Amino acid sequence: MARNKRAIPEINAGSMADIAFLLLIFFLVTTTMDVDSGISTKLPPWEPEQLENPPPIKQKNLFTVLVNANDQLLVEDEYAEIEDLRDLAKKFLDNNGNGECDYCQGIRSPLSSDSPQKAIVSLQNDRGTSYKTYIAVQNELVAAYNELRNELAQRQYGKNFDELGEEQAKQVQEAYPQKISEAEPLNL
Amino acid sequence: MSKFKKSTGGGTPAISTASLPDIVFMLLFFFMVTTVMREVTLLVDNSKPFATEIKKLEKKNLVTYIYVGKPKKNLQAQVGTEPRIQLNDAFARLGEIQQYVIEERNAINEAERPLMTVSIKADEKVKMGLVSDIKQELRKAEALKINYSTRKGEVFGEL
Repeated sequence: MARNKRAIPEINAGSMADIAFLLLIFFLVTTTMDVDSGISTKLPPWEPEQLENPPPIKQKNLFTVLVNANDQLLVEDEYAEIEDLRDLAKKFLDNNGNGECDYCQGIRSPLSSDSPQKAIVSLQNDRGTSYKTYIAVQNELVAAYNELRNELAQRQYGKNFDELGEEQAKQVQEAYPQKISEAEPLNL
Repeated sequence: MSKFKKSTGGGTPAISTASLPDIVFMLLFFFMVTTVMREVTLLVDNSKPFATEIKKLEKKNLVTYIYVGKPKKNLQAQVGTEPRIQLNDAFARLGEIQQYVIEERNAINEAERPLMTVSIKADEKVKMGLVSDIKQELRKAEALKINYSTRKGEVFGEL
C-alpha cells in the first residue's frame, strides 16, 4: 500500500515563536514582582478584665513615647523630633543603670533604665495620629533594638545579627529583648 | 585551484532564528513561575508608608490580608470618603473582622495555624483610631501575629 509509506508532513513551527511571545507578553503585563514585606509585631492576648495588680514597674525603666493627633512626639516628657527617636531609645536601652549588664555601653545614669531586660518602651498614640507617623515611630523603635543587637553581635562574634547561627542569635536576642508595649489610644 | 572557496556574495549570512522560540519559552517559564496574580481588586486607596526595618512575608498561604483606606474615587459617591475596611472583595464593617479571621484560620491546616499572620495593608493617611480598632478585633479573634505592610524606603520623607 503506497498510502502507508507516505511520510507525515512536518508541521511548520515557524509561528511557535509568535505564540510564545504572546504568552510572554501576557505574563509580563500581569506579573507583580513586589514581595510582601512589613514590620512584624505581636499583639498581647485579649483580656477582658484588667489585671487587678499589675506588676510594679519603676518609672525609670519606662521609656514613654506619646504621639498626638498632629503627629508631634513627646518622648520622656520632652518634645522630640522623630529623627532623634532612635538615638534616644538606644541610649535608654543601653543605659545599664544597676551595672548588671556587662555588655552594655551606656552611661549608667541612675535616672534611666536598669538593664535592657527591665527596660520597657511604652508607646501611646492618639486616635487621630496618622498611620504614617505611627509606622515611622514603630520603625525607629525597632531600628533601635536592631542596631543594639547588631552592635553586640559584631563585638562578640564579628558578624551581623542576621548572619548569626540560631543559638547565637537567641543569645543576642535575649540580651536585648524587644519590649514595646502599646497602650490603648486616647484622645490626648 | 582554490581549495578554500571564498563565500559568494559579500552579504552577511542570515542568523538562524531557529533557537528563538527556545529563548522566548525560557523567558515565558520564568515569568509564569514568578508571577503572582492579584487575588483581590482593591476598592480602597492603598499607598503604604515607608519603613526600613522590614521583614519579608513568606508562605503566602498563611497570610491573611486586611486592606484599609479611603474608598477609590469612583466608589466615593456610594460609600463616602471615610476610610473603610476591605476584606476579600468587599467592604466590611469592624464587627466582621473576627468572623473573617476565624474562617481564614480554619482554612489553614491545623499544624500551621499558629503561624498564621495577618497583614494590615493600611493607607498612610488612615488615622490610628481605625487601625487600633482593627487591632482590638484581631486580639479578640486571637490572631496575634500581625504585620504592618510597608514599602522599603526612608522614613523621614515629608513628615
